Amino acid sequence: MNKTILEERKSQMHRIGEEPFAMACNRPSLAGAVSQRACVFCGSRVVLYPIADALHLVHGPIGCATYTWDIRGAISSGPQLHRLSFSTDLQEMDVIFGGEKKLEASLRELIGLHNPKAAFVYSTCIVGLIGDDLEAVCRRVSEDTGITVLPVMSEGFKGNKREGYAAACKAMFRLVGTGDTTGISPMSVNILGDFNLAGETWIVREYFKKMGVETVANITGDGRVDDIRRCHGAALNLVQCSGATMELAKMMEEKYGIPYQRVSYLGVEDMADSLYKVADFFSDRDPEIKAKTVELVRGELSVLMPKLAELRRDLEGKKVAMYVGGSFKAFSLVKAFRHLGMSVVVVGSQTGTEEDYKELAAISDPGTIIVDDANPLELAQFIKEKDVDVFVGGVKERPIAYKLGVGFCDHNHERKIALEGFIGMYNFAREIHASVMSPIWRFMPRRNARPATSARVTCIPKEAVNG
Amino acid sequence: MANTYVSTTNACKMCTPMGAALVFKGIENAVPFLHGSQGCATYMRRYIISHYREPVDIASSALGEKSAVYGGGPNLKKGILNVMRKYDVDLVGVATTCLTETIGDDVGRYLYEFREEFADLPLPELVHVSTPSYSGTHMEGWHAAVRSLADQVVKEKGASHGGVNLLPGFLSPADYRFLRGLGERSGVRFTMLPDLSRTMDGVIWDDYHSLPDGGTPVADIRAMGGAAGTIEFGMSGGLAESASGVLERKFGVPARKTMIPIGLRATDAFMDTLSEFAGCDMPEKDAFDRGRLLDAMVDGHKYIFGKRAVVYGEEDFVIAMCSFLGEIGVQPVLAATGTQGERFREAVTEALGDVCVNMPVIRSGADFKDIEEEAAELAPDLLVGHSKGYKLARASNIPLIRVGFPIHDRFGGQRILHVGYEGALSLYDMLVNAVLEKSQDECPVGYGYL
Ligand code: SF4
Ligand code: SF4
Repeated sequence: MNKTILEERKSQMHRIGEEPFAMACNRPSLAGAVSQRACVFCGSRVVLYPIADALHLVHGPIGCATYTWDIRGAISSGPQLHRLSFSTDLQEMDVIFGGEKKLEASLRELIGLHNPKAAFVYSTCIVGLIGDDLEAVCRRVSEDTGITVLPVMSEGFKGNKREGYAAACKAMFRLVGTGDTTGISPMSVNILGDFNLAGETWIVREYFKKMGVETVANITGDGRVDDIRRCHGAALNLVQCSGATMELAKMMEEKYGIPYQRVSYLGVEDMADSLYKVADFFSDRDPEIKAKTVELVRGELSVLMPKLAELRRDLEGKKVAMYVGGSFKAFSLVKAFRHLGMSVVVVGSQTGTEEDYKELAAISDPGTIIVDDANPLELAQFIKEKDVDVFVGGVKERPIAYKLGVGFCDHNHERKIALEGFIGMYNFAREIHASVMSPIWRFMPRRNARPATSARVTCIPKEAVNG
Repeated sequence: MANTYVSTTNACKMCTPMGAALVFKGIENAVPFLHGSQGCATYMRRYIISHYREPVDIASSALGEKSAVYGGGPNLKKGILNVMRKYDVDLVGVATTCLTETIGDDVGRYLYEFREEFADLPLPELVHVSTPSYSGTHMEGWHAAVRSLADQVVKEKGASHGGVNLLPGFLSPADYRFLRGLGERSGVRFTMLPDLSRTMDGVIWDDYHSLPDGGTPVADIRAMGGAAGTIEFGMSGGLAESASGVLERKFGVPARKTMIPIGLRATDAFMDTLSEFAGCDMPEKDAFDRGRLLDAMVDGHKYIFGKRAVVYGEEDFVIAMCSFLGEIGVQPVLAATGTQGERFREAVTEALGDVCVNMPVIRSGADFKDIEEEAAELAPDLLVGHSKGYKLARASNIPLIRVGFPIHDRFGGQRILHVGYEGALSLYDMLVNAVLEKSQDECPVGYGYL
């Protein structure tokens, strides 16, 4: 390995088959390494953002709020309050004398203007430092306005995204159990850890409906405060996304005895497996449910498979690298790519745990590179080393692939195309197909002797321009 | 006067270190380094990449809880060493964040210690700038970073070279490219600080480059003390506080502030200042473009005369854009910026004084809630600003002319040319066509001729 990989980072990468499995992870990012990771606040914001009838107030200086204004693809079937960006926009005097007064005034003002069902107040780094008592302010405003106001302790420096997930779950858990559960079907679930990107939650809800299963609350895609209040009345929690809402499911199991299952709605097998899991769970309550589910899956697959086969003809044998936020998604994607005849040769995540990586190693082919908390130079090196055809990641990863003339598929919280469910698998396959099969890759300098531009070869001498 | 609110809803500004990071992205072989926790750097990278679609590596000292309590010095030093290991850097630009400003980290001292400790290594130029977001916006961060570069990198007057320092402020890569071209055409040695023309709008690569090509060479920055003059775009701040003021005070380089050259009069003023400093004539290309611009203004004046525009964005950008709109007969009805600034009102009024009878509503420190409320009263025909105005444009069915930064919902924001006669001409086409498109869409007869 060359100098693009820092000594301290070597224990956070692994090549399957070349050495016994060992992987360091869940560490703080290395200073100066240009990590792709965000912060605790980011984790909380991602999870809670889709609760559409709540007010989301970022308590801090302006940037934290600006950079998160409506950047997710989480859509709502009703209220749109979550798409606005509210901030206390702390100024110097607030930092010196404390921001509690401003927070309180902001909350009262915004609650008056928008009349939300509840409010979440996110704490940012600086608030953690100046020691504002969020809890007290939130309590006061709650008492006076009758609106539940919940502090989210998401100071950015207190760890990585995972801690943010936990903080979000803690805040939500205070809502759970405060609503009336009468009328909830014994065959009912909560959908946890789906964010309704491009309407994905609706796809999944529709499947459950066809199986005769009621969805009490989507937590948090297209989320509603009142649904969360009564979600402890559901019979089963379905947890997608490795980190985001697991904590909430565990807390609900402990306090309300609701069991949970891990599911994934990405890819053909995982989607079908998830539905079968639900059917199994309810089979003693409804002996028909298995048959209904088989029917549902068969119907969907009969439409999907021929279409996939068509795309697969072109994609067979192509190689994939991916870098995703949570590693759980990576499992599903590895399998989904197999369906397309493609192999994943590099896979990384921002926040995987040791078990996640172990599991990932178990399902990956020999030679696959697994990496935790990577940075642009490492990712670029892996792309080149494995000569991949397509890279799956988020906005920050995109230019890394594109600069090297490699296809890219956006698979993050900002996407506007639904990739979940059987229809989502088709969308995904089409997107991968469009990314890989474009004729433009033939003209890329890395694959072609001809230089990309004459600029690098016969550029204007620097002296003539600058000096 | 619209309501004023305690809270901010949909800010029309970004945070201070982001401006600084962008400036450092315009220096050759430089890495911006945010001294703070990891999130800030990552968020800004994401935001910036969405607009430019280029790799944007911003390092962070990735402070955790302990450093937040005991100080971030060790992480800062370790971080710089890691950056040096991975990148062939000529310069590391360290900007503080809210966190490190609040804990009171003395970055200047840390860097001093760093230079002592690692005196045996070939050290890059280390520049630092103080950028707490609770006092200012990305534009304050931008100006502070340019000033820090002038103050910390230019160490002596050096040999007089007769060139001109150009401090263009926050423009698009297409704008910087235009200005570079102007330097070449006019035969004037420009030192443009920063220069985002290639670093933020680059070519495809054959191999991964740790850093993009282009940017102002550090050696050229060092030589800025020997220039014949400094032209700094922007009318919102005074000279004393600015980078050009620093060069004037320290090395006697005459400083001049001109409006960002958007539109006819502002470009004229810039061209005049340039020839005054460098003794050059206007290049033939620009003279022709000036003629074409006037010709187009004549051809199109009827379509847009009397249209009412809401203009928002960075203050200097808004001032210059208002000036241009005013001179083509468009009435700016609201000029809004997220920055708090005393001089904004004055500068807009001055820019419009001789072409507009009515002055727009002028708002500094505005967010999109303010802008929406004002716009509801003002019944504009056009919105002129970055893509964050789309929500308003959609709700009110008013065409949005996307200019400036950020443009997150369209392609090619980095290639929009705003400055020079050429830029004015392309803006003019965009404006006229937006008006025509709207009237065509709304006309019961689908017409094919104007
Ligand atoms: S903490 Fe300050 S520097 Fe960081 S993103 Fe927020 S406003 Fe910007
Ligand atoms: S200030 Fe803290 S909370 Fe805000 S973006 Fe930066 S790291 Fe995250």
